[in-house]
Amino acid sequence: MKRTVPFLIASVPGFVLIVAYFIPPAEGWGESVSIWFDVLAAIAFILGGGNLLKVHLRKIGKQDTGWAYSAITVAAFAITLIIGLTKFGVHPNAQFPDTAHWTGQYREVGTPFWWIYEYAFVPLTATIFALLAFYVASAAFRAFRARNTEAVLLLSTTFIILLGRTFAGVYLTGWLPDALSGLRIENLTIDIMRVFTTAGNRAIMIGIALGTASVSLKILLGVDRSYLGSGDD
Amino acid sequence: MYELLKNLDRRWIFLMMLLCVSVPILLQSRFPEKPTGLAQAVFDEIDQLEEGDRVLMAFDFDPASEGELGPMATAFSYHCASKKLRMYYMALWPVGPQMIDEAIRNVVETDFPDLVYGEDYVNLGFKSGGEGVIKVITTDIRQLYTTDALGTSIDAIPMMQGVDNIRQMDLIVNVSAGTAGTKEWVQYAVTPYPEDLRIVAGCTGVQAPLLYPYIPDQLPGLLGAIKGAAEYEELVMSKYGEDVMAGIYSEARRRMGPQLIAHLLMIALIIAGNVIYFTDRRRGGR
Repeated sequence: MKRTVPFLIASVPGFVLIVAYFIPPAEGWGESVSIWFDVLAAIAFILGGGNLLKVHLRKIGKQDTGWAYSAITVAAFAITLIIGLTKFGVHPNAQFPDTAHWTGQYREVGTPFWWIYEYAFVPLTATIFALLAFYVASAAFRAFRARNTEAVLLLSTTFIILLGRTFAGVYLTGWLPDALSGLRIENLTIDIMRVFTTAGNRAIMIGIALGTASVSLKILLGVDRSYLGSGDD
Repeated sequence: MYELLKNLDRRWIFLMMLLCVSVPILLQSRFPEKPTGLAQAVFDEIDQLEEGDRVLMAFDFDPASEGELGPMATAFSYHCASKKLRMYYMALWPVGPQMIDEAIRNVVETDFPDLVYGEDYVNLGFKSGGEGVIKVITTDIRQLYTTDALGTSIDAIPMMQGVDNIRQMDLIVNVSAGTAGTKEWVQYAVTPYPEDLRIVAGCTGVQAPLLYPYIPDQLPGLLGAIKGAAEYEELVMSKYGEDVMAGIYSEARRRMGPQLIAHLLMIALIIAGNVIYFTDRRRGGR
């Protein structure tokens, strides 16, 4: 029972979506299933929050290595959640000034939630993303070696793309006559992306699509039930 | 020199990268932009629309990718507002609404005060479900959107009158940082309804190669990273923005300065690394 019900939940909507795609009168069923999916996706946020608390509270309880980071995570999660849900510090909706504060917008400029977003979330996420530039530069210096023919090709492509995605490409080869415009670095960049990258990606995408279709069929038919877990717990 | 390079501490590399990025920012270095075909295609798709046409502005990104995508979101909003297109903003990412707020606050409300919320633009906000949302709103938008982001009933919003699904949009403009994003819009909205829907998009640099296979039939135009944004910004501002060339409307082109110097540093580092490698080999090292 613990495995059959989840299997049916996964399998029936899957088949409904396939049928809805090929049989126009069944389109409405597909739409209903898609709405269930959207509802489930919203519920997954609660599940995700619960899981985050479970993992980090356990770590704090056991005082595992790095438990202080878990404490910070839980505190940040709780503060953001409480301020967001209670709309703490939000002003009433301008159209209905006499109503309670929660008629206002939680994202309103100047509210505590906005403050968390603007002065904690934005700088932190932007900083993490920006750090990539430093690590990529260091990695390029230490690891990008012309060890064999493939690596030389990769390096050449890298130089063309790096130059072609800036004004340097135009500056270095802009003098080439129109007859040789295909050799200008900015045009070489476009050709590499348009021909080689596209061809490679199409091959990968077709492979992934075939693999996805195969795995999906196995799941829908119940041949592969690994996603249901071991069933022991 | 060889010994110096061989023992170069990575903190020196970090410092060089910091200087390469910060000096052009401080000096406000600018370089000319020559729009490529894909940026021109994006511009043409929007520019051929008539006043009052409907454009779905799907902003599927977050602050982490704002550096790459913020300027193109600004330019898209400016272009559409300049042409007086009706803009329907929505997001498939949880912090997408903040990105929409920023575009509306900085572009629409600031430079187009005559545009009216609910008549010329609307913010439909965030819905969870990614491609599931796309699938549903291609057939019935009211199944998921009963109110806008401010809580106003959809039926009370003038520009939502007669809009039953997104197939009635004249164009989808997507700014994408990952999943759900341009790939999902192409697969679940444009591909099943090629007669009804067209899309142009702007995406991060790492995403662009994954989207090239859809060009040009399913995706007529694509802006790849800050370079694509700078090219598009150049096109938009040279036609519509003579009065507002500075500030947020030159942000993409301004960010190309640090990108140029940082790319040159990367090339120099790769060459230096290979000089060490070949010197080592010649000396019988590793």
